[in-house]
Amino acid sequence: MTTVAVEKTAEQSAPTRLTWVISDAWVITKRNLLQYVRIPSLLVFSTVQPVMFVLLFRYVFGGAINVPGVRYVDFLMPGIFVQTSVFGAVQTGIGLAEDLSKGLIDRFRSLPMARSAVLAGRTASDSVRNLFVILLMTGVGYLVGFRFHTGLIPAAGAILLALAFGHAFSWISASIGLAIRDVESVQAASFVWIFPLTFASAAFVPVQGMPGWLQAFAKANPVTITVNAMRSLTLAHLPVARNLVESIAWIAGLMVVFVPLAVRRYRQSV
Amino acid sequence: MGEPAILTEGLRKRFGNVVALDGVDLQAEQGTVLGLLGPNGAGKTTTVRILTTLLPPDKGRASVAGYDVVRDAESLRAAIGLAGQYAAVDENLTGFENVEMVGRLYHLGKVEARRRANEVLERFGLAQAAHRTAKTYSGGMRRRLDLGASLVGRPLVLFLDEPTSGLDPRSRIGLWDLIRELVREGTTLLLTTQYLDEADNLAHRVAVIDEGKLIAEGTPEELKARVGGEVVEIRVADRSKLSDALTAVFSLVPGGAQIDNQEAKIVLPAGENGPALTMEALRRLDAAGVPLADLALRRPTLDDVFLALTGRAAEQAEENGQAKRGRRARRRQATGDGGDAA
Repeated sequence: MTTVAVEKTAEQSAPTRLTWVISDAWVITKRNLLQYVRIPSLLVFSTVQPVMFVLLFRYVFGGAINVPGVRYVDFLMPGIFVQTSVFGAVQTGIGLAEDLSKGLIDRFRSLPMARSAVLAGRTASDSVRNLFVILLMTGVGYLVGFRFHTGLIPAAGAILLALAFGHAFSWISASIGLAIRDVESVQAASFVWIFPLTFASAAFVPVQGMPGWLQAFAKANPVTITVNAMRSLTLAHLPVARNLVESIAWIAGLMVVFVPLAVRRYRQSV
Repeated sequence: MGEPAILTEGLRKRFGNVVALDGVDLQAEQGTVLGLLGPNGAGKTTTVRILTTLLPPDKGRASVAGYDVVRDAESLRAAIGLAGQYAAVDENLTGFENVEMVGRLYHLGKVEARRRANEVLERFGLAQAAHRTAKTYSGGMRRRLDLGASLVGRPLVLFLDEPTSGLDPRSRIGLWDLIRELVREGTTLLLTTQYLDEADNLAHRVAVIDEGKLIAEGTPEELKARVGGEVVEIRVADRSKLSDALTAVFSLVPGGAQIDNQEAKIVLPAGENGPALTMEALRRLDAAGVPLADLALRRPTLDDVFLALTGRAAEQAEENGQAKRGRRARRRQATGDGGDAA
């Protein structure tokens, strides 16, 4: 009887490999999302931080930051969306390091499941959480005066772009998490690369105020490019095409490099 | 019939400068239990990790259920179950969700995964707790849940890596019963353990490994026969008298005695000569003025075998291993049942 069950499994997986890749990733995504249902405080606290950033920049720093031709809150919110997405991506590495330390990755790797599922499921569930937080931030933004000035489709496009950008960062974070493995170290290490990328950018202030050498970095920073693309999509009077293409190219480029890197790390994780 | 369920030939693995496995040959027939016995750091876990495709071997080959661990890794995974050293359960999921998830990942399909999850939980006495998060489970319950999850795919070959480490004696014995039942149903099992009594109780054959090498293999009875018949175990009251005691009794046995400094204990292989040897040992120790804590004539345990094979007690070796790996210390149980009973 046992033999029959095994043979059946092996037989099924051959012709429908893609189905299993998707189904396995979905099983893992669901598992990861259940944690927010079981520990709601996890979700609550991942929303508190971005809300504080909105309030901080809108009411504390905002008055001192002058952006010509735009209300600061409209300038700010795309930056907040990207920051939320990028900070959220840190969780991908932390979650994987946690799974590693608890022996769950060992279990998954010993199962006949798709090799991509753990990473795909983790990055997907982190993107779902990011979507939730960004929608919440949109609500908070509206309360403090932010408006989309373009229309539903460009607005949705802007949010989608922030999500895609965060998703690409999730794969960077996954590579780091699987390489460092220790939960606290992953957390600490994340801010080493996330912080400069987020703040040495046009996310919160115009780059023109920065010293020349920093401007050069900030202008090339994919966070700047993506935030500017989002502003083009939300502010109506900016040209859209160039920033958007560059941003999408960055996202694609990061995925091309970091997806294989993370998958290789996963396969070799001992 | 035919091919063994587990087969390794000349398995080697090194991590940097550390040789974890140095040419290990193992074999387990279908439907039997192979006990892999050895201290921490001996190479037990590395062996399991290679056999479950988590690690590639450096040299040698290995197959499970007829599948090569490297070439047929994917098919192999569908035929095995693994429960590791740490109960690999997701604490935020309920017991049911944990087992169901693993079932889905064995590609059982939704309905079947649910059915088997219920079946497994029922069988392992977790039905009542099925819809509580695993966070609320006791250590023993987590181990049962972990074991249950490893069985949901109805594996031909099951790997249990120190399944009872850290469990209280009652949970251990409960888990043993479950394991015996599985084997009766035809599952082949590879079980690693540091507990000699566990291997003695569960395994058809035992492979003893130490420092990456296979140092003995056989049925528990065969291994015990290596010590030869019964043993006299002498425990001195004052550790400083241990060498006096050894001097007194050493010439009694041609093969020499085993000393365990930690336990202030001397073990003499008595062969068929038990009572006479006991009497003589007592006389000599008395004459030498060595106060005793305990003296017993008993059947050898795998403890004695390990001592005889490696020249050191299993626990000592375990501590060496622990120093290397920084694992949580685990005490005592490995001593078995002989000494204290008398």
